[in-house]
Parts: sequence; structure tokens; C-alpha cells
Amino acid sequence: MRLPSFLRLSPKWAPYVFISPFVLLFVVFSLFPLCFSLYLAFQSWEPTGGLRAMEYVGLSNFTFAIRDGWFWMSLRNTLWLAIASGVPQHLVAIPLAAFIHTSFRRLRDGVMAVYFLPYITSTVAIAIMFKSLFSQDYGMINAALGELFGLPHTDWLTNAQHIKPAIAFIVFWRYVGFNMVLYLAAMQTIPGELYEAATLDGASRWRQFLHITLPGIKPMIFFGVTLSVIGGLQLFEEPFILTGGKGGPQQAAMTSAVYLFREAFDFNDFGGASAMSWLLFVVVALLTWLTNIAFRSRKGQA
Amino acid sequence: MSSSPDFLHGARTAPTRRTVLAAGLAAAVAPSVRAKPARTLTVAAFPLVDQIVKDAIPAWTRRHPDVAINVVMRQYDDHHTAMTTALSTGVYLPDVMALESSYVGKFSMGGGLSDLLQPPYDIGRYRERYVAYAYDQAVNRRGQVVAAPTDIGPGTMLYRKDLLERAGLAETDLQPSWDAYVDAGMKLKKATGANLIGNVKTLKDLMIRSGLKKGQGIYFDSDSNVLVDTPRFHRAFEIALRVRRNRLDGRLDTWSNEWAEAFRRGQTATELGGSWMVGQMANWVAPTTAGLWRAAQLPEGTWVSYGGTYYAIPRDSDPDRKALAWELIEMMTLDPARQLAALKTQDSFPALLAAQDDPFIDEPQAFLGGQRARVIWREAARHITATAVHKQSNFAEDAVNAELDNVLDDGKDIGQALADVARLLELRAKR
Repeated sequence: MRLPSFLRLSPKWAPYVFISPFVLLFVVFSLFPLCFSLYLAFQSWEPTGGLRAMEYVGLSNFTFAIRDGWFWMSLRNTLWLAIASGVPQHLVAIPLAAFIHTSFRRLRDGVMAVYFLPYITSTVAIAIMFKSLFSQDYGMINAALGELFGLPHTDWLTNAQHIKPAIAFIVFWRYVGFNMVLYLAAMQTIPGELYEAATLDGASRWRQFLHITLPGIKPMIFFGVTLSVIGGLQLFEEPFILTGGKGGPQQAAMTSAVYLFREAFDFNDFGGASAMSWLLFVVVALLTWLTNIAFRSRKGQA
Repeated sequence: MSSSPDFLHGARTAPTRRTVLAAGLAAAVAPSVRAKPARTLTVAAFPLVDQIVKDAIPAWTRRHPDVAINVVMRQYDDHHTAMTTALSTGVYLPDVMALESSYVGKFSMGGGLSDLLQPPYDIGRYRERYVAYAYDQAVNRRGQVVAAPTDIGPGTMLYRKDLLERAGLAETDLQPSWDAYVDAGMKLKKATGANLIGNVKTLKDLMIRSGLKKGQGIYFDSDSNVLVDTPRFHRAFEIALRVRRNRLDGRLDTWSNEWAEAFRRGQTATELGGSWMVGQMANWVAPTTAGLWRAAQLPEGTWVSYGGTYYAIPRDSDPDRKALAWELIEMMTLDPARQLAALKTQDSFPALLAAQDDPFIDEPQAFLGGQRARVIWREAARHITATAVHKQSNFAEDAVNAELDNVLDDGKDIGQALADVARLLELRAKR
């Protein structure tokens, strides 16, 4: 059956029509908010006064953000969490991937899937689940620690010293599988002959790991670390849900992303929040660039 | 609401794809078939207030059979976020919006709410009919009245009579001063093992609200000067620290499961809050402790308001329905019958003076062991004065709480903590 002519797509237009869903969604949900937040960063806006209540204030939102103690505190919290959750992710994921790569044959996909599962689970569901696991009196984590080591019940989520490790653990748990899949994929591209040759030359498993596997997956390490840097600096859902959106005791779990959300929606300062989000963007860009430099080592490969 | 029984029927027989489609089609067509009322007033509200408005629909329909009321309910936080968004963009504005009192102050700065002093509202002529502070609370810095009060939360102290008796204490031991309250707490703990209060933050919140000069805010004065590094805050922090050092508070997050459980198990002997706390306790926090509680005025002659609800009309909502919206607000806030209905069904204490003089106020309350506590709250309501709300009040509250955590958990010096908050607030005060 032939379609009526007005329903037929001419080859000239077809490409545009096919990419239009993405472009439309991108413009509406990414490009416009991006431009709007840049515009807002230079405005003072009492949002309940409507759009006409905006007032151009030059750079004052930026000078405010830079002088604001909480902005720096939230950045420190973010960096702490990014390091405490990010570094172990890779330190565990690489050996784990090597282990799975060499020791599992038929079960590999199944094992991989188990580790990958937390990554595809809804963050909200995870945060809610951990909230009950970490509960002081009725939580399984305290019950287990008490049972195994006789430790007293820890106030994980209501003590400033404990909430950061708790959140870092959740983030670690969530992304370690994702990184492991990345590394496993990279390891599968390393030619087997290299290992065979090394074995013939009498290199130990450890030597092979050090001199074949690690250099072989270096581009993937760069990719994984970059993702961790960006993701870590934008950390939002886990601390937001675990603290009921309030930042937790002493605001110890208030990451930059949580703070700028609160600055806009709790404290009604959309201009200041926009300025902060652009400052955060600068920090993310800077650290990503530094990561890039760190990996572009002597041999010029990245 | 009316569609839910239909829905339940459909669900009982195993639905096939076709019946589901048919049901969807019917639902889509139904409104246009039924469409009877010519106009619809949209009311945006949060839980309990939505029910109060729904309960008023029959009375409203008698007056205006041609105007339907559509109540849009969202959870408390979501509701206020949605209202902020609606006001900022001017899209999907309800005709009437319910606002919690702290948001009235917050929204009053922006000019997004109609000035109710203007015609056709002319709320000024009713001024004397409302509790004075509730009305004053809705007046913004430009002298406009941005919302009409419907219920109030006079601050009150609830205490477990049985636990106090076991410790050889009486209500009067708690009341003379905050120090006396803490002293009594120590005896109480010794005799019964119960904590004085669930979270010491509540105590701090009440103390910093007391003794304000008229027109002063909690954190800022009318010229945006920061009031945090003052004796009022020092004292609140000191008392809070004393409570914590003597292990008299449960260190529980208010409204958390643990917090509620402590009430059920009799591990918390007093609670400070708005009069509505009794309804919360009786309904879900600790219904099994009915009869054991009593209400009293707060220690040290403290008169504070703890929450309350208002109705406002957005400036940019449909002008054709504004007069009707106001008529609904008049009915909800000025008709003693509606105000009393809200008190009876939802325990929301009336902002309307006429309703406060109704004999129902003198009825004994079962949860409080037959005490006539509403009389106490009525008295408190008449002592409370309005507090000015500053744009940065929400931030100030969080900043103060964070520093209180520092003092209580890490032993930070109180003077240093308050100086640090003051510095944070000064940077924001004039933003």
C-alpha cells in the first residue's frame, strides 16, 4: 500500500526529521536551561514576583558566591566525597576486572551483570533502601556490625562525622560495577599473544598485570576517571535523599549540587544559584582538564 | 473523587486490553458529557487543608451551583515548590492558593500575590475579626495584605502527666523559666528514665522566637540588620547545650520514625510546638498514649506562634474569577461554621475570633485526658505578636541549626558559632 503523498517523506527532509526528536529535546531540556541559567546568573530575581521581577545586577551574584562561606563548605564536602568514593572505585574495579577476566569463563557475563546491577537501579530507590539500612536503632548495618564485632550502634545519618563515609560508601557501591565493566571491556581488547609471549619469557601474573594489562587499559582508566571526576563533582541524589533535601547534620552532606538546588528552591535566590552553578562548571572543567594532563604522560598517549 | 468507585468496579473483573481502552475512552469523554458547572475555581492546597476545602464544597455549591471547586493537593514541600514555580512563570496559577505561614512571609516580598486591601477584596474591613497577629503576619513591608489567615498554631507545651507525677513533679515545676524546665527534666530523667524532649532543636526554635520587639524578625530587624549574635540566641544555645550535656534530649529528628516511637514508648516526656501537635499525636504519632498528655502554656511566659495556614490569590490568576476566589476565601476564613468544622475534623485552630468564642472551644479533649486545652491556646493566641519575615529567614534557620549542631556535637564555642552565623547572614542580608 502506498502512503498518500503528504505523508511521504522526501529524502531531502528525512535526515532532519529523523534527528529532530533529539534536537528538539536537547533545545528544550538542555540548551534553553543552559542559556537561561547564564542569563539568570546576572539577575537578581525574586521568583514569586514573576518573570518581570528580574533585575540586572552585573557580577554581584558571582562576588556573593565567592564570598559565601557555605559555597566553599559545599565544595569541600563535594571534593571529600568525590575522592572518598571515586578513588576506591578504580582501585577496586581494576583488580576485580582483571580477576574476572582471567578467572571466569562461562560465568563472566553473569558475574558482570551482578556487579553492574546497582548502576542501572534507580538512585532514589537505592538511597531510600540505604536510609533504612543505615538507620541507627533498626538498621541492618548497625545490627550486623553489632552482631559481628560487638560495635555499639552508630548514628550514621545524624552525625556529621559519619554521614560522609556512609554516602561515599553508597556511591562507591553504586559505580564500582560500572567501572569494572569498562575495564573488563578494555581488557578484552588486549591481544592474548602479549600474555602468551610474556608467559614464555617467564613473567609472573603480577608482572603481566603491571606491564601489559595496566598500559593496555590506560585510555579506559582516563575515561573512567574523567567520568568519576565529573560525576563526583555533580553528586546530588544520594545526599539529597538521605538528608531529606536538607544537607544533614552540620550540613556535612551538602554537596555543591545540593547547595545550589537549595539556594534556588529553599532560599529563593535563583540568581545566586545560577552563578554558583557556573562556578561549579568552571571547577568541573578545570579538574577534567587536570585529569587529562595527568594522563597525557611522557609518551604522549592518552 | 466520584470516579473512584467506577475505577474500583473495573478493577475487580480481570481487565482485558479492550476494557481498559474502553474505560480510558469513557473517562476521556465523561467530563464533556457531564460538564455542568459553567466555571471552575482551582484551589491548590497541601494535606489537611485540602480536606478542609473539600468539606466546604457542599456549602459552596448551595451558594454557587454553577461554580465547581477543584482542589489540587500536593504534599507540603511539593506544594510550596509548585507554587513558587507557578508564581515565577505565571503559568497554571490556581485561583486560590493555601500557604503555610512561613511561605506567606517569603512570598510577600515578590509582589506575586494580590493585595487583598484593594477592591473587590477589601480585607481591611474584616481586620478586627481575625486574631491580630495572624492578620499582621500577612502584611508585607509595603503595607499590603497578601493573604487571609485561616488557622493558627499557638505555641504550647505538651507533657506526660503520669511521668511527671512519678518524678514528683507538677506542671508548675516546668513553667517558671527555661532553666526550671531543664531542672525538672533532670529530675524526670532520674526518676523515670524518660527524656525531657525529642530534639533540643525544638527548644531552641521556641526560645529564639520569644521576646521579640514588635515588627522585629527572628533573625533580622526591619533594616536587615542581623540579630543572631544577641542575648536571645546566646541564651537559647546555652539552654540547648545544657539539655544535651545532661542527656535530656533524645537526639531524634522531628517527625522521624524513631522520634514517634519514643513518644509511643513513653521515652519522651514533653514536647513543644503548635497546638496542632495534639492532633498529630492523637492521629498517628502516639495514639496509644491518649489520656496521658496535658497541655500547658510554654515556660517563662513565652508566647510564640508555630505555623498556621493562609489563603492567597495570585496576582496573575484569571481576573474573571478573582471575585469568586475571594468569596471562597471569605467563606473559609470568616464563616464561623466553616472555621469550626475545620477545628472539629482536622484540629486546625481557628484564626477567626468569632469561632474562638464558640462553646466548642470549651469542650474537653479526650487525648488530653478531658482537659479543656483550647482555652489555653485561645489565651496564647491573644498574646502572640506578629514577627517580620525576612527574605533570608529560611537560610538563617538552616545556618543557625548547622551551628547549633557544631556546638552540641563538636563542643564549638557558642560565641564563635553565633559570630560565624552572623557573618554568613550579613553577606546575604541585603541581597
